[in-house]
Amino acid sequence: MEAATVRVEAHVIKPAPRRPRLGLSEVWRNRELLWFFAWRELKVRYKQTLLGVVWAVIQPIMYMVVFTLFFGRFFETYSVGPYALLALSGSVIWLFFANSVTLAAGSLVGNASLLTKVYFPRLLAPLAPIIAALVDLALATLVLLAVMAGYGVFPAPQRVWTAIPFVLLAAGTAAGVGAWLAALNVKYRDVRFVVPVLLQLWLFFSSVFITFEALNLPEPWATLYWLNPMAGVVEGFRWAMLGGVRPELWHIVLASASGLVVLVSGLVYFKRLERTFADIV
Amino acid sequence: MQTSSDLAVSVRDLSKTYRLGERDVLHGSLRDAIVRGARAALHLARGAARPDREELAALGGVSFDVPRGEVLGIIGRNGAGKTTLLKILSGVTDPTSGEALVWGRAGALLEVGTGFHPDLTGRENVFFNGAILGMKRREIQRKFDEIVEFAEVERFIDTPVKRYSSGMQLRLAFAVAAHLEPEILIVDEVLAVGDAAFQRKCLGKMGEVSGQGRTVLLVSHNMSAITSLATRCLWLDQGRVRDLGDPAQIVADYLSGDAVSAQPGFADLSDPKLRDGVPKQTSKEVLFDWVRLVDDEHKPSDVFFEGDPLTIELGLESTIDSRRLEVLCFVRSLQGVLVFTLTSGLLEVDLQPGPAELSVTIPRNQLRSGRYTLDLYLLTAQPQDYLLGAKTFEVVVSPEPGGDPRRVRDDLGLVSVAQEWGELRQGTPNRV
Repeated sequence: MEAATVRVEAHVIKPAPRRPRLGLSEVWRNRELLWFFAWRELKVRYKQTLLGVVWAVIQPIMYMVVFTLFFGRFFETYSVGPYALLALSGSVIWLFFANSVTLAAGSLVGNASLLTKVYFPRLLAPLAPIIAALVDLALATLVLLAVMAGYGVFPAPQRVWTAIPFVLLAAGTAAGVGAWLAALNVKYRDVRFVVPVLLQLWLFFSSVFITFEALNLPEPWATLYWLNPMAGVVEGFRWAMLGGVRPELWHIVLASASGLVVLVSGLVYFKRLERTFADIV
Repeated sequence: MQTSSDLAVSVRDLSKTYRLGERDVLHGSLRDAIVRGARAALHLARGAARPDREELAALGGVSFDVPRGEVLGIIGRNGAGKTTLLKILSGVTDPTSGEALVWGRAGALLEVGTGFHPDLTGRENVFFNGAILGMKRREIQRKFDEIVEFAEVERFIDTPVKRYSSGMQLRLAFAVAAHLEPEILIVDEVLAVGDAAFQRKCLGKMGEVSGQGRTVLLVSHNMSAITSLATRCLWLDQGRVRDLGDPAQIVADYLSGDAVSAQPGFADLSDPKLRDGVPKQTSKEVLFDWVRLVDDEHKPSDVFFEGDPLTIELGLESTIDSRRLEVLCFVRSLQGVLVFTLTSGLLEVDLQPGPAELSVTIPRNQLRSGRYTLDLYLLTAQPQDYLLGAKTFEVVVSPEPGGDPRRVRDDLGLVSVAQEWGELRQGTPNRV
């Protein structure tokens, strides 16, 4: 850089503006640091563990076992194959979401010493665990494919790729919820107690161990059900992997729109509070 | 008035206010917040003014400019706003009002080893720490071997840092920091930790890489670091600029003011406990009562410039008559190295019971910058009193006029001696 001849634009430090922004361009400029955050998250998570990344697949398998034990007998008629596959596919994508939200919610408080000592785009903190969780998701998906193969169920090559937008919808929703909770957590440590309750309740409305079809909801509940972005994610991901009844397009649009609202509102709220984090964390 | 093109940093009327108790209030639970909100609403509904919360101005309207290439030392007591200022300039926290303009890439070092994780290996921590301090991955890769070598931890680089000694952790963290290359470097007290030799290595490294045009903002309680590194000095006092200018002058004012102790240069030695554990048998009939260090203007001080006169005044308290008196002042570096001893020799005196005074002047003190302590030994016919660490004082560099203070070395030993160099001669082999 020729600082001597080319005059750089001054960077102005001023009191926080009230105008809400998303701050995504700053995240993009710092994508390398985001990668470092995610990489550190992964490294730290499996350090000094006996089973290491195997933990990423133990969780969904346990869910599958429990769900199958308790609910399996009510679902002997599941069209695609054994109930275990329904439960496992739902658990794999749900746990990606639930773990992302949990880690994102604690990300600012957990990195308090970083917040007060160095500047970085604050949004990197809640986003990093979501990126890291994608790695776990990839492993868990491999296990899902293996179990499917064990039952003689194979994904349709032309359909399996549609899982990707559903994963993105899950990640976006997790980012939105995570941003809300992380920012709130800086102010109110109650969030720590809210997160598990929230996720437990949310699980029941997200088709994780059941299908929308089997629920057979009356209107208006059948429509309202799709306001939950995770209902769209789980149903969509399951269809992409296993096939079966295709979710209606407008249901998916509804879920995506509501996911987008969660994401944008979370980012705006986060951005508004972000400048105070270092003072109150 | 400088034109803005010469400036690296311009701070204009910068203020930062914390609401007192903010931490408590905001750390309170959601329920508290709801209750508070309801109360406030009630207050408003009744038309009552909202109760004013007490506020603390960490910075109260600070303005100054930093030209490019300047090393600005920032001094002040704890709570003067030094760290708050650096935090605002590095973007960690926001000002409440005012603004600061920063030209160029700024790198801040408010802590050594920011983001170090005990479970990660040295290698992994170097990468994350470097990235969070603003280095690109390629840059870290390029400098990695150099950093590791600099930190002297080659053998342990793939070991988790929690197995490192604290000294090794510190060296590794320093090594990363020393390889930062921002145009503007903002450094908090970080250089106060770690052993002196390694600190010097870091400062040297920073200076070496920077070449010219690097601007540094340096907060330190180490006055030697300020006078030897800074080109200008900013003195903050209770969130305001107390003084700005020549480091030597400001450091002297700062230290001789009420800044360090109520009685600069003075130490009361009458407490018998000071003699506990001294490895010498003494009769204690004649004791040191106090010691005071004064400069050439008879002003008591804890700080002296290299080469300036230094006088040690000693107060004695005797319970006996004596015709003989001998005093020794041992000057030691903080590492305990005996630098030199002032010896009175055997004095023919007429000491009587009661107080007495004696002084010794070093016309031109040859101590190099650093901290020193004074041990005192007093004898009559037999050893009478022996005090270890009776007084600590500091010697600082006075930069040569026009010289680049960054080039002042502080690793040249403990004393300077008079010297005369011959002229450089060429082409005349003179070996016998």
